[in-house]
Amino acid sequence: MKPGTKLKSTVCDTEVMVVRGSDVVVECGGSPMAQERPAERGAVAAGWDKGTLIGKRYVDAAGTVELLCVKPGKGSLSIGGVALQLKDAKPLPASD
Amino acid sequence: MNISLILQMAADTEPDRIGLVCDSRRWCYGDLLRAARGAALDILRSGCSHVALLDESSEAAAIALFAAAIAGVPYVPLNYRLPDTDLAALLKRIAPAYLIGDSARIGKLNPEGCHAVLARAAFVAKAEKLGESAPVTDDPTETIAVQIFTSGTTGTPKAAVLRHANLLSYILGTVEFASATAEEAALVSVPPYHIAGIAALLSSIYALRRIVLLPAFDPDAWLTLAAAERVTNAFLVPTMLSRIITRVDEGASAEPASLRAISYGGGRMPVELIDRALQLFPNTGFTNAYGLTETSSTIALLGPEEHRAAQASADPAVRARLGSVGRPLPTVEIEIRDESGQPLGPGERGEIYVRGDQVSGEYRERSALDAQGWFPTRDAGWMDSEGYLFLAGRADDVIVRGGENISPGEIEAVLLSHPVIADAAAVAVPSLEWGEAVGIAVVAKPNQPPPSEDELRTLIRSRLRSSRVPERIAILDALPYNEMGKLLRREVRKLFQG
Repeated sequence: MKPGTKLKSTVCDTEVMVVRGSDVVVECGGSPMAQERPAERGAVAAGWDKGTLIGKRYVDAAGTVELLCVKPGKGSLSIGGVALQLKDAKPLPASD
Repeated sequence: MNISLILQMAADTEPDRIGLVCDSRRWCYGDLLRAARGAALDILRSGCSHVALLDESSEAAAIALFAAAIAGVPYVPLNYRLPDTDLAALLKRIAPAYLIGDSARIGKLNPEGCHAVLARAAFVAKAEKLGESAPVTDDPTETIAVQIFTSGTTGTPKAAVLRHANLLSYILGTVEFASATAEEAALVSVPPYHIAGIAALLSSIYALRRIVLLPAFDPDAWLTLAAAERVTNAFLVPTMLSRIITRVDEGASAEPASLRAISYGGGRMPVELIDRALQLFPNTGFTNAYGLTETSSTIALLGPEEHRAAQASADPAVRARLGSVGRPLPTVEIEIRDESGQPLGPGERGEIYVRGDQVSGEYRERSALDAQGWFPTRDAGWMDSEGYLFLAGRADDVIVRGGENISPGEIEAVLLSHPVIADAAAVAVPSLEWGEAVGIAVVAKPNQPPPSEDELRTLIRSRLRSSRVPERIAILDALPYNEMGKLLRREVRKLFQG
């Protein structure tokens, strides 16, 4: 993966676009995400069912990976079994 | 990355919400996306290398912007105010183009017929018809989203390119997705070929804020439309704000009750004008946005609370910030550098450099970024101790008199403090003794006799160093501006040639 790549969940409707980061395996609902959806959808693993929200950005603790959720779903995002966090964005006034 | 994602996400989330209003036609996000896909199909079939718009603002501009992105072809909005010869030269640089808009004029400019040409209504109708059957295109490989020919106030227009990644990082960094309520509406009156016109479409659609288009700016039409559509947000260039204030002062209409936020930028905003605006619109939040075409729009802003705090402050340093462009966005870095490229400290005037993912700094011919990714804006400025950025004209406008650098702004500020002077410009004039010296052009207020040359020289000598005293003086009825309210210094300099 590289910035711009779209990753799809194999267990729910979630789809993310990579904003920052490369060559890591992102999981959704406890299963690795892929560029194509599988023929048969797996199950959301217990504990990884908090869901994703469209338009929200998800980051790892080191700030090296940033994902934009472009389609929401039931699974939650992680890398190597560590949950990703919602990016805290300070609201700016509209400027154009 | 592809900016079509912005419209895709809006249409997925709120397909039936009204996203754009133009000439009383209302477009929901779902219909806009279908039309953009239909137009993309037609663009791909045409085999053209660019999609160009030669037209005022309308739904066609939004459809063409996203259609070009889906088709993977750069979108080139053209300045319809350019003379025929200049426009014909630009058309040659983007051939073969899929051209939307003034088909009669294009026919005249393009006798060889190397472009595919559609009038606005025909383009929109075709896009809607094809939209029913158009397949969803995967992300195409072309990375240039938008190409804008710079206004050329200093020479031949340069083709500035903005990549999908630049524009998307600007939007992701400044706008929260779906953050607008269904009541919010943004009045867009800047032309489609200006970076602010492009940014307005992208920002408002990503926020799910309804766009209300005013194709040709007029202060009364602006006030009427703002009231009729219950507009909550608007972007204006300073000249537009000045004309609106004049009409409100004349009693044309009151502040539209729904107006919560006005952002402005794209030219010098006199402190007197923003002061008056803050008084006239006490319930509106003002945001000053500074940016360039090459930076995907805004890189620094002065927000509503900062405006009110500066206006209310007794501390001259805080009060002065009303004349600043605020602080850099959290997603960009800004530095002031001297002529040798060394960073300068607070209060020191130099050239403004900017770096960030939204900064393209790139032209078709070359990239202007340095090895570390910094873009030299050619704007002169300085920062105060708390990081507020002040503009001091274009770096190229500096007057070099006998090795001494003189900023036109300092002379102009003194001239504008004179009660009878309405407008003023200071430029370099040829000087045998100094290489360059100061020339000033001033405009008196209506029905007032202009001050004498002696009076003007005395005024400047009383406030500034003697090197700033003008060698040449011209009294004019008006200064030359382009249609976006940018002073054409080149034209002022011509007055003093020979």
